[in-house]
Amino acid sequence: MIDRRRFLAASAGSLAGALLAACNSDPKAAHPLLAFAEKKNETVERAIFRHRSMDRVAADAKLSGTAFPQYYVADELPIWDPGVRGVWRLEVSGAIRKPLSLTLDDLQKFPRRSQVVDHFCVEGWNARAKWTGVRLSDLANAAELTPDAGYVDFRSFDDNYHESWDIESAMHPQTLVAYAMDGHYLGAGHGAPARVHSPVKLGYKNTKYLTSIVFMPRKNGGYWSDQGYEWYGGT
Amino acid sequence: MARNHWVIRLTHWVDVVAVGIMAASGMQIFNAHPRFARPGESFPLNPWEGHAIPSWLTLGRWLAGARHWHFAAMWLLVANGMVYVTFLALHGEWRTVTPRRGDLRAAWEMIKFYLFVRRDHPLQGKHNALQKSAYFAMPVLGILLVLSGLAIWKPVTLGFITALFVNYKWARFVHFTCMVLLLLLIVVHVFMVFSVDPFALRAITTGGYDPTRSPEARNARPFYHLLRRGSIPRGTHDASGASVSAAQAHLPNESRGSEVQR
Repeated sequence: MIDRRRFLAASAGSLAGALLAACNSDPKAAHPLLAFAEKKNETVERAIFRHRSMDRVAADAKLSGTAFPQYYVADELPIWDPGVRGVWRLEVSGAIRKPLSLTLDDLQKFPRRSQVVDHFCVEGWNARAKWTGVRLSDLANAAELTPDAGYVDFRSFDDNYHESWDIESAMHPQTLVAYAMDGHYLGAGHGAPARVHSPVKLGYKNTKYLTSIVFMPRKNGGYWSDQGYEWYGGT
Repeated sequence: MARNHWVIRLTHWVDVVAVGIMAASGMQIFNAHPRFARPGESFPLNPWEGHAIPSWLTLGRWLAGARHWHFAAMWLLVANGMVYVTFLALHGEWRTVTPRRGDLRAAWEMIKFYLFVRRDHPLQGKHNALQKSAYFAMPVLGILLVLSGLAIWKPVTLGFITALFVNYKWARFVHFTCMVLLLLLIVVHVFMVFSVDPFALRAITTGGYDPTRSPEARNARPFYHLLRRGSIPRGTHDASGASVSAAQAHLPNESRGSEVQR
């Protein structure tokens, strides 16, 4: 027979043991629960998302300038070499009526938007820059989305880097296809010739070295999402 | 009657699990960028800029894993905290953990008692004045942690919460600082439970409690129960507790062997 006191002592002991065992670890048994929570969190996050919620940076805020971290996943700095790959073009395709194939000049014919916003990295830092480019919603309107365009995949020439988004975040007014940063065309370390930039998604969702935008009826994962980071990654 | 209502006992132990997961996974998240400065800036308020937290304190193994733990357990923490606070508010129990006028003086008397400046345990209700301030501070820190957590989880969608903490960087600093303060309170709390009132463990688990073994009745200071062999004396001061004051209050030491003042 086990009495109540022993039972409680044993329970406390096992709890303490479980907590100790959990130190510096990632108990697999909890993973289905964590995956469930991520799914529910995505529902909550998408429900509270608003196009009218803007990232507001004070007018006198200091920009990060050259301290803005550079980052890519390929072994070498990805640089578009027109001699090898031909003229860079941004292809817009998928669940749309009018596919687009835009050179950098074509892209700049769209209404130009400039904004000073935060860049929120999943690691915990934020950096600030003035981004100039085209609203993704302007491109989407030009391409005429079909009603099943619920998601969009941003693909790059930085190895196989890509990240897919929900359409609501993509159509946020602060989501840009940016070709300039702090008044200059993007440098090779910042995703030249064009990249996605938006304060409404964490940095890893903001595909650099952009080559194509594919609207689709389903999510398509992403470089970091597939490795374990949250797919939604919204701010 | 149970010393602690079952709602309090349940939420206490759920909170142990929730806070444990939140703190451990939070420290793993912090270690991805163990500083508060933005790139190219400095942050003089943190003397340990750039120093990571030891990995044995962390949960989740890497940033992505820890974020999953953090964003799952946050619901447990918030739900449990809301049950606890709502119960306290509706049940009148909030009075036992809310400092009142005069508790500053009472806290000072407790400190004097623990430092052997004062001989007899000050009179108290369910908790002494130091406990009350700690138990009151814990949910306050919890609320600050949840708010600053929302501020750094959704700095755009919930930007109005982020603005309460000035901006993202400061919200992150508040979030971290409140976590450290809460953990310090918890360390002191656990130390005091084991060293002053081990009977509280039963009171917070099954609810059972013998009032004649309360710290007040035993005149208990840290580890006092270990120093005395034999039976634990019951009720070291009489009902006329008011007499505990002036005459006895400033005795610097206790004379061993005559601890039962009758």
